[in-house]
Amino acid sequence: MDSHHSYSQVKGVSTGTTILAVKFNGGVIIGSDSRASMGESYVSSKTINKLIQVHDRIFCCIAGSLADAQAVTKMAKFQLSFHSIQMESPPLVKAAASIMRELCYNNKEELQAGFITAGWDRKKGPQIYVVSLGGMLLSQPFTIGGSGSTYIYGYVDAKFKPDMSLEEAIQFSTNALALAMGRDNVSGGVVHLVVITEAEVKHVVVPGNKLPKFHDE
Amino acid sequence: MSSIGTGYDLSASTFSPDGRVFQVEYAMKAVENSSTAIGIRCKDGVVFGVEKLILSKLYEQGSNKRIFNIDRHVGMAVAGLLADARSLSEVSREEASNFRSNYGHDIPLKHLADRVGMYVHAYTLYSAVRPFGCSFILGSYDEDDGPQLYMVDPSGISYGYWGCAIGKAKQAAKTEIEKLQMKEMTCRELVKEVAKIIYIVHDEVKDKAFELELSWVGEVTKGRHELVPKDIKEEAEKYAKESLEEEDDSDEDNM
Repeated sequence: MDSHHSYSQVKGVSTGTTILAVKFNGGVIIGSDSRASMGESYVSSKTINKLIQVHDRIFCCIAGSLADAQAVTKMAKFQLSFHSIQMESPPLVKAAASIMRELCYNNKEELQAGFITAGWDRKKGPQIYVVSLGGMLLSQPFTIGGSGSTYIYGYVDAKFKPDMSLEEAIQFSTNALALAMGRDNVSGGVVHLVVITEAEVKHVVVPGNKLPKFHDE
Repeated sequence: MSSIGTGYDLSASTFSPDGRVFQVEYAMKAVENSSTAIGIRCKDGVVFGVEKLILSKLYEQGSNKRIFNIDRHVGMAVAGLLADARSLSEVSREEASNFRSNYGHDIPLKHLADRVGMYVHAYTLYSAVRPFGCSFILGSYDEDDGPQLYMVDPSGISYGYWGCAIGKAKQAAKTEIEKLQMKEMTCRELVKEVAKIIYIVHDEVKDKAFELELSWVGEVTKGRHELVPKDIKEEAEKYAKESLEEEDDSDEDNM
């Protein structure tokens, strides 16, 4: 297992994690679990926040080394804020993702963190961008990431529909995260969801005992 | 005539007692010695026209361009010291390219104008360098923000415009531009009017031959800045020459 997962070779605290983002009709939902682990067996935090707000309508979810991810998002938040003030308008989601990509690509030797950047902007509406470990930037209608994501590829591929309603999208995200947290030992805790639309940003927390249960629970 | 700034005009790092920086004003004079360039913004795009004076019959046609492509969607027309203008077009290109590299999308024109304006302004602060002796007009078209037109002068200030002119005949050109209802025109209509204005302001007596440089960016070019195609340019020049003849004829009638 060690040789396949780069996350397990991360020194210090890692977010062995499950993160996802999905576009629905009118907005985007970004979600994650809340467990931070050290090595395979110690849970260093049960309630960590992996959904970082980098601007009014743009969030990043983080996977990999927590230290690296926090450093990158802090830098990106600063650059994005400056850029937005210079432009005299809210930043494009693509601009936020590009900033993350530049940071990840130019420092790829030192960093070990991947991101999902999602949000809403006036030009293209709801968007999701994946910024992977080495600095690849890709736009997708939905995406999953982190160590727990490997257990739910089948589920999301089968269940995703474009243009879902808000309720359908929340159900989709909660189910996906619950399934991943059920099988991945380094993902767990509560489900954090953030719903981003033109009008507002809404946090939804689903505690462990309220998560959907499946056949074997 | 301009006032003489004796003693306070030797470097850009000196103010005069009445609060002027003469070196910057002298730089603007350099722009006024150059032939005219105009830019007009209409409903669905921006059109540039430049009166390119031909100083020698030996010049290759189309050389010594005064209109530059800064990015796919941005064009720049210049007046003043051409060497300075070319250097600034390179600076603008780098700005636009760096922006795209960092932020993943086309640079908004206002931001580009601000950035290049800041660069031009930096050269007005020190005695070790001289200010740039050129003004330039930047234009772009974007589906969401529409057409944009900005002008930057040697002091580093940039303003947004619906129509502007720089160079020796700028006053006459501005008068002609003001007669147009550009907000209701399309690029195709405007191209002919821009050609006409350049022909009108061209001084047949002092400057002999000239070549008209026309470019546009707008819905008609799908947002790309390009030189106006040969056939449309010929049509525009024909319209311009005919309009001039009509005006000459009507002058004769009055006599």
